[in-house]
Amino acid sequence: MAEVLVLVEHVEGEVKKVTLELLTLARQLGAPSAVWAGPGYSEAAKAKLAEYGAEKVYVADGEEITGYVVAPKVALLAKLIGEKSPAGVLIAATPEGKEIAGRLAVRTDSGVITDAVGLGEGFVAEQSIFGGAINVRSRVTKGTPIIAVRPNATAPVAAQGAAAEERVEVALSDADKAARIVERVAQEKGARPELTEAAIVVAGGRGVGSAEGFGIIEKLADSLGGAVGASRAATDAGWYPHQFQVGQTGKTVSPQLYIAAGISGAIQHRAGMQTSKTIVVINKDPEAPIFEIADFGVVGDLHKVVPQLIEEIEKRK
Amino acid sequence: MNIVVCVKQVPDTATERKLKSDDKTLDREAADGVLNELDEYAVEEALRLKEAHGGEVTVLTMGPAKATDTIRKALAMGADKAVHLCDDALHGSDALSTSYALAQVLKKIGFDLVILGSESTDARTGVLAAMLAERLGVPQLTLANKVEVNGSAITIQRLTDYGFDKVEASLPAVVSVVEKINEPRYPSFKGIMAAKKKPVETLGIADAEIAADQVGLANAWSEVVEFAAAPPRAAGTVVKDEGDGGVKIAEFLASKKFI
Ligand SMILES: Cc1cc2nc3c(=O)[nH]c(=O)nc-3n(C[C@H](O)[C@H](O)[C@H](O)COP(=O)(O)OP(=O)(O)OC[C@H]3O[C@@H](n4cnc5c(N)ncnc54)[C@H](O)[C@@H]3O)c2cc1C
Ligand SMILES: Cc1cc2nc3c(=O)[nH]c(=O)nc-3n(C[C@H](O)[C@H](O)[C@H](O)COP(=O)(O)OP(=O)(O)OC[C@H]3O[C@@H](n4cnc5c(N)ncnc54)[C@H](O)[C@@H]3O)c2cc1C
Repeated sequence: MAEVLVLVEHVEGEVKKVTLELLTLARQLGAPSAVWAGPGYSEAAKAKLAEYGAEKVYVADGEEITGYVVAPKVALLAKLIGEKSPAGVLIAATPEGKEIAGRLAVRTDSGVITDAVGLGEGFVAEQSIFGGAINVRSRVTKGTPIIAVRPNATAPVAAQGAAAEERVEVALSDADKAARIVERVAQEKGARPELTEAAIVVAGGRGVGSAEGFGIIEKLADSLGGAVGASRAATDAGWYPHQFQVGQTGKTVSPQLYIAAGISGAIQHRAGMQTSKTIVVINKDPEAPIFEIADFGVVGDLHKVVPQLIEEIEKRK
Repeated sequence: MNIVVCVKQVPDTATERKLKSDDKTLDREAADGVLNELDEYAVEEALRLKEAHGGEVTVLTMGPAKATDTIRKALAMGADKAVHLCDDALHGSDALSTSYALAQVLKKIGFDLVILGSESTDARTGVLAAMLAERLGVPQLTLANKVEVNGSAITIQRLTDYGFDKVEASLPAVVSVVEKINEPRYPSFKGIMAAKKKPVETLGIADAEIAADQVGLANAWSEVVEFAAAPPRAAGTVVKDEGDGGVKIAEFLASKKFI
């Protein structure tokens, strides 16, 4: 069976959930080969990849791979495409993941599909476009299919793989080293699950009213074990940090449950959350467009509804 | 500094956007074409860099004849001139072809800095800047929320999941900017009038040495197999809060096993 390369997303040595999803998808298309790029590789990481079906693990864990913008990872994947002739390559559709996919497509003369929300036989990808109004099935017709898949496109399912380890050396060209990362600045990260990976997201908008108001949004998220998101109105007002913005110019999320409180549902906001499986809305304006996509909505003041909801959840625990 | 800003005409996000049933490409007639909102930030950043370091700002777009409206808006903001790559052979180009065609024009017209938006609001692939860097063999300085030029050195802050990376490189380079970088100016009346007289050069594929078999729908590296309107979300339940709104939501969440 042909290999399917899966570029591993990892943070502080830990494999991210989206990679387990991609391995799960890859198993239906061939034999998954995990590709580890950058420092932090360990036996624990390898075991995790094995648990979700990686038959092989290619490891390039030198500092150099993450020392420059995108190109070294492209060089690594291009080398593996050349040597292993995989049936396809799956990459998480994060902003950087899409850039890797795009550059890799140019370098290997292959087609690329971005933002797949599903993937089937023959690497036919499903895309949800125009803010979720149209569903498209598309496929790559030249070269090796390179697919950037949205987090939460499928549920990760464990299935033991052999995880045979193979070290890979990549020679970087001068062009690969043209954009040098001289400093990494990490902004504070709380104990909550990461926004794009979370199964539950609780988001607040202008209706929350203030930075302090986000206290109840956080509390609701914590009572559900979810992440916190925000509309652009809320991040622009400085009530919540920019990296939690959901939408066209923020993160794209596709959780099992999205709760929108005090958000009107502008097209730019919907573009980032429309593929959520279940949507719950709290808004005082019955005409707010967000109600059009709600599975369950309450017309009311979020400052009353949210605290009562938290109380009710705690009661049921 | 010779700055080229790539801008795209996209259907207005406020109108209903469609694909055409015959060749499955974007229906550009169905909706008003506007300047991709995110490209306004690219134009603004180019103008600020020009104001600080001197030079010239050229707008580059690939698109049908009606994309001239988009060019005028960028010129009205203050760009000096424009290049419009316009040829029926380009219809239906995918990201691979589009990046190839734009790279050919950029090689022809020359640049110190190319600036793009982080993504378009229609196709949203977010790949073009990275593809151009690859094709042109220059540094990729993408997803910037801050750009600083000092002689031939350029530094950006690249937004990441965890915060940002500080990235250094030398010109020439390709930059893409996120919308947090600046506040785009509105064209002034004077700017709008001046834009009417600014030069717009129209190029066909032969003028830019673009190979016909590398562009257009028939030569794309990917294809749309089929598409359909998303089934409307099953109408949800909306209730008015009668003092029990939180309880009602909890009941709904319990019925779906979230709690
Ligand atoms: C280029 C561009 C990119 C953009 N990108 C994004 C993006 O990534 N993400 C994004 O979110 N937006 C984005 N926007 C902005 C978008 O157009 C909207 O302006 C934004 O989403 C509005 O945020 P909001 O819903 O919180 O605020 P509003 O539209 O002001 O809505 C507030 C809602 O809260 C309700 N409300 C008020 N008080 C209460 C209360 N006490 N209880 C309950 N409900 C209450 C109101 O009825 C209203 O519906 C972008 C815009 C542009 C031009
Ligand atoms: C709904 C939809 C989905 C698509 N999906 C795919 C896909 O998965 N794979 C694929 O290969 N193609 C795809 N395409 C084709 C793609 O739209 C075109 O190749 C497009 O010209 C470039 O992609 P983009 O607009 O997403 O660019 P992005 O990379 O999102 O745009 C980034 C920036 O590039 C610049 N730019 C983009 N287009 C132009 C232009 N024509 N002229 C000047 N500057 C420009 C702008 O500065 C823009 O802000 C899709 C098209 C549609 C309509």
